[in-house]
Amino acid sequence: MSSFSPNEMMTIAASRALKNEDVCFVGIGAPSAACNVARLTHAPDITLIYESGTIGTAPDVLPLSIGDGELCDTAVTTVSVPEMFRYWLQGGRVTIGFLGAAQLDKFGNINTTVIGDYANPKTRLPGGGGAPEIAISSGEIYITMAQSKRGMVEKIDFFTSFGHGEGGDHRQRLGIDTKGPTLLITDLAIWKPDEITKEFTVVLLHPGVTREQVQESCGWTVKFAEEMDTTPAPTERELKTLRDLQARTKAAHEGAGEGKAAYR
Amino acid sequence: MVKFLPLQKAVAENLRDGDTVAFEGFTHLIPTAAAHEAIRQGFRGLTLIRMTPDLIYDQMIGMGMAKKIVFSYVGNPGVGLLRRARDAIENGWPNTIEVEEHSHAGMANAYEAGASGLPCAIFRGYRGAELAKVNPNIKSIACPFTGEILAAVPSVRPDVTFIHAQKADKKGNVLVEGIIGIQKEAVLAAKRAVVTVEEVVSDFDDLHPNLTILPHWTITAISVVPGGSHPSYAHGYYARDNAAYLEWDEIAADRERFCAWMQENVIEASPDDFAARVAGLRNAA
Repeated sequence: MSSFSPNEMMTIAASRALKNEDVCFVGIGAPSAACNVARLTHAPDITLIYESGTIGTAPDVLPLSIGDGELCDTAVTTVSVPEMFRYWLQGGRVTIGFLGAAQLDKFGNINTTVIGDYANPKTRLPGGGGAPEIAISSGEIYITMAQSKRGMVEKIDFFTSFGHGEGGDHRQRLGIDTKGPTLLITDLAIWKPDEITKEFTVVLLHPGVTREQVQESCGWTVKFAEEMDTTPAPTERELKTLRDLQARTKAAHEGAGEGKAAYR
Repeated sequence: MVKFLPLQKAVAENLRDGDTVAFEGFTHLIPTAAAHEAIRQGFRGLTLIRMTPDLIYDQMIGMGMAKKIVFSYVGNPGVGLLRRARDAIENGWPNTIEVEEHSHAGMANAYEAGASGLPCAIFRGYRGAELAKVNPNIKSIACPFTGEILAAVPSVRPDVTFIHAQKADKKGNVLVEGIIGIQKEAVLAAKRAVVTVEEVVSDFDDLHPNLTILPHWTITAISVVPGGSHPSYAHGYYARDNAAYLEWDEIAADRERFCAWMQENVIEASPDDFAARVAGLRNAA
């Protein structure tokens, strides 16, 4: 077995959560890598949707943006952005929304809008994009991010997209009838919400990871399941698929010409 | 009646100080050449509408043209933050700007409502999302039939919309293919519409009948600008200059470097410079 990095373990563990029958609305970054590894290994018929309107896309390299031409070239169909959000997402046709997060709390609420006060932000982040509605209209939500105390916080600065709110039945109380976050895959562990409180609880530790490491890189007091198992290590096939995909992607993004932007 | 005009004239005739303007393109077909022409002509006090204000709004904000931005994702797609927009929002450089922020679903619905001649858009959105608390233009409405509480936002009605498209025919009908984004809605929602195209062909007779076509009578002016979308891409013509998006992150990080870059590549450049910028990207399309 080859050695692997925590990030590779994260991406591969996330890819395993996806099924061949899933219709997955893909966020850019870590979710995009995981979704395409799933498609290239155990879930060849998975439907991947990017918010630019590409449905059933099968890119050979990971897109830099959600609207790269590769996504359209390989898609079953490409629809307009209003159609994407109205018929396909709001229409309830997406089974999994796969999101990343700048800031996350223990109930799966996500902030990608601002650090600090909204009106006078310390750092203005890009904002929600499609996420606020992906979070409420997808059948369920998977979240993937590398752990850090800055990223996993007791209290997020802004509710960009709603997870389980204050926990318990908060979603139902707001009239949201989808499941919300059901899975969190980090570089150290796999987490699932507690059935009653909805607080994320560690259910699997990645190989070689300790409870202390999970706690040290998380801003809230971590709950661990009574019986925890170890995430199976990446297989040779999974690792090769991910690394080949990343190598192709790197080569493609360095530019079609000499890897240099085409200005004078 | 649509007019074929040089870009300089098309922009001068259709954009005014203080206008509410959309330069649309969802990652694909971004009207960069039109935005650069607007920068050269030095408009002020604009309300800039766009779902994904990327490099061109970063540039227009950094050049002091924006009074307000209306958007749903203020990032450099796939790279990170927009540093000129951040500098304006966080530090008021070169001027403070007003911010009206929505989600993609909110903006897409608002454009569609604008194109449909409706005063507002209604959709299932923003539940639990804090944007509804900081943006007074996000309200809710009860469905008169089921009682379900839905989100409502005002429709988007720009004074003028700029888009880039693959081609026009001689009559001025416009074809957009690939990732079609929000361009059709943005044109139909606007009072005036200016389209830059890669080329003009005699007619569209041999094309698939369902390709997205804007009839000539929905367009105010057309300008032929090959490469006019660079560093974005034109499906079937040239690929996205991903290296330029990565490089922009460094250029925009520094005010002086930004100003020098704008002087060299925008102020002292012309629409004719775009064709050479995509020459090396044509084979990859």
